[in-house]
Amino acid sequence: MDYVRSDRGSSEPRLPLALKILIAGGFGAGKTTLVSALSEVRPLQTEEVLTGAGVGTDDLSGVETKSTTTVAMDFGRITINEDLQVYLFGTPGQDRFWFLWDELAFGALGAVVLADTRRLADCFPSIDYFEQRGVPFVVGVNCFDGSRRFGIEAVRQALDIDPDVPVVLCDARDRQSAKLVLISLVEHVARQRGEPVPVA
Amino acid sequence: MRAEPPGAQHEWLDAAAGPVVRPYTLTGGRVRPAVDGFDLVAFVLAGAGADPSGQSGLQPEHRRLVELARRPVAVADLAADLDLAVGVVRVLLGDLLTRGLVSVHEPPAAGIPDNDILKAVVSGLRAL
Repeated sequence: MDYVRSDRGSSEPRLPLALKILIAGGFGAGKTTLVSALSEVRPLQTEEVLTGAGVGTDDLSGVETKSTTTVAMDFGRITINEDLQVYLFGTPGQDRFWFLWDELAFGALGAVVLADTRRLADCFPSIDYFEQRGVPFVVGVNCFDGSRRFGIEAVRQALDIDPDVPVVLCDARDRQSAKLVLISLVEHVARQRGEPVPVA
Repeated sequence: MRAEPPGAQHEWLDAAAGPVVRPYTLTGGRVRPAVDGFDLVAFVLAGAGADPSGQSGLQPEHRRLVELARRPVAVADLAADLDLAVGVVRVLLGDLLTRGLVSVHEPPAAGIPDNDILKAVVSGLRAL
């Protein structure tokens, strides 16, 4: 693998640093909506391929004849400056795609778990996943029109999460609201590493 | 030639799954790149004088990847631009890497970025 770093003094193009933030939550919790609200480009889609033979085995002989399907992952991008980009990856919703999460979570800065108070239990698997992997996360309670408003403390209690984990109300359609969720995540990450909360 | 349909329906193949496809036709059936790596946010950069046109055994998709990588571009963006599955793009990038046509710059493996970077992210987000 070629790990050559760019030489900032030469004519080589500068390589930005890209940070990954995962947007998780149950089906219909507003993951794609949040990515759309924040991304500077139309949310892009990439596909990961699932093969019946390829998972957990090195024996790939004849794999091209096996049934294969793909799962779409939405992602968006926020350019912070010319050296720094934030990539938002919406996680695949179905439980059987968990193995894709390991790749997404590798090296991720953290995650936003979107919760829909009408189906709060849908976000439990995401919370379990990030807790087990030690990935910092915040819970964004997506306030849909007509959804019952719960207090933040009621949601925190129902989710049984660590008191340090921020729970914030948001409207995933609204960029200003959505960006506050990301800011609370980055501040949470900074607190976890024991640094003072960055003041912009 | 098959006399009967291939086995029981796979558990993945339901309404929520995408269509059944053969995405690895493009890679000659290879599902693993020649080298590991290629994080979704790894940046790919074509070598200064990289010219894939004279190389045999490369697909048009290989050449497009080199053209797109004239400026640093993330693996996820390449997959979206080419409308190919990430796994397929990784195999193609592995081919280009072993031929020395591109370099790949993986993100820092682990650890939280330093405070200056977090600060820059927060202020960049506030400015949105």
